[in-house]
Amino acid sequence: MAKVRIPTPLRKFTDGKEEVIAAGASVRAVIDELERMHPGIKTKICDDSGAVRKFINLFANEEDVRFLQAMDTPLTDKDELSIVPAIAGG
Amino acid sequence: MANFQSILKDVKAAIRETDITKVRELIDAPGQAVLIDVREQDEYAQGYIPGARWIPRGFLEQRIEDAVPDRAAPVIVYCAGGTRSALAARSLAELGYTNVESMAGGFTAWKRSGLPWKAPTILTKDQELRYSRHTMLPEIGTAGQIKLLEAKVLCIGAGGLGSPSSLYLAAAGIGTIGMIDDDIVDASNLQRQILHNTERVGMAKVDSAEKTLRGLNPDVKVIKHQCRLTSENVIEILGKYDVIVDGADNFQTRYLVNDTALKLGKPVIHASIFRFEGQLTVFPADGSPCYRCLYPEPPPPEEAPSCQEAGVLGVLPGIMGVLQAVEVVKLVVGIGESLAGRLLVYDALKAKFRELKLRRDPKCPTCGDGVDRSKIELIDYVQFCAGG
Repeated sequence: MAKVRIPTPLRKFTDGKEEVIAAGASVRAVIDELERMHPGIKTKICDDSGAVRKFINLFANEEDVRFLQAMDTPLTDKDELSIVPAIAGG
Repeated sequence: MANFQSILKDVKAAIRETDITKVRELIDAPGQAVLIDVREQDEYAQGYIPGARWIPRGFLEQRIEDAVPDRAAPVIVYCAGGTRSALAARSLAELGYTNVESMAGGFTAWKRSGLPWKAPTILTKDQELRYSRHTMLPEIGTAGQIKLLEAKVLCIGAGGLGSPSSLYLAAAGIGTIGMIDDDIVDASNLQRQILHNTERVGMAKVDSAEKTLRGLNPDVKVIKHQCRLTSENVIEILGKYDVIVDGADNFQTRYLVNDTALKLGKPVIHASIFRFEGQLTVFPADGSPCYRCLYPEPPPPEEAPSCQEAGVLGVLPGIMGVLQAVEVVKLVVGIGESLAGRLLVYDALKAKFRELKLRRDPKCPTCGDGVDRSKIELIDYVQFCAGG
């Protein structure tokens, strides 16, 4: 289980909520649970192969999961998973 | 009763003197001793010994502890002829400095011997007043302010982020500010783009920016680039500046700026905004992570609505642009801890800042292992990003 931080562009899937608690012991499991709770959100985060899209970063607490174990990075109840998309506004 | 000559005799007997030949050897081997010029501003303005720090005699006791924290460090003081520096040496001894020498003959003897000297960049009376709240900070001081005045900073975009960043950079006395934007002022910009105003709707943004920045601080030279950055012009434009402030409103410009800055070795102060959320970091082009390490590819256009399409809280770019200006000032003056390798994410609705760690991607196409940055090829990302 982890606390998932939803960025502004994806809040349309979570009824505007910026924080969602989702069950799962790894990044992959938490994202799958997030998809079950809020259908449609996963394709915004992952590509068809299930990998994180290249303009999105997932941070387990403050570490980018790409430099940990990617989708297999373990998560516990105390962890926070942040979804951080590239934004370009200026 | 003692007269000045007798006091000076006592002082000279109590301190150590050195001569210009020894000091000449020292300036060729920097770091061996701290050389301090204790003359008045008008004298200093005429020329000083390279490497010397200028602390006028009247401020010496107040400022020496910041300049030389180590009381055992070797210090050499000089004035015009060797008298004031002898008195200065005694004052430093009274403050506990144990290794102080006064340069006999002073700057007059130095210059007469044909030894090298430099004419300093100094602040005018107007500048002293204008920047006094900077110069009184020991971390900035006159030397830091001069660095700001000599710095050349390019603001990419004269919009939501470029407005607050350029305004504060101009106020801070950044001597040359480049503004690049091909757009004209629209009434819908004024909710956040505080460089512009109601009367200037229809005016080129770079012209409006120049008026505002020059009005705030006539020390600032504004260079206008009324165009879009392309692979054709980007090297020439970015090449003129020391620091790049990325306030672009589209992905293609951001990737082009990243790649070019890496190629040229220029630091980029990055911020981006979306609705109520902002991101900020520094890409110093020094082996720290770059924009492509963070986001290897831009999102497809349908996933990346612009402010025009998605809206943005007007104050948000104010916060992020001002934070960019802080990072520029720190970088130029050389103080504090840079945001390199850290992504600051601001959520205005939650009033929360979060800090995330950035890592350099060894497989990054522009800064990864084995990449020769001078050979980075610049392309226009219009197709790659398919519109912004």
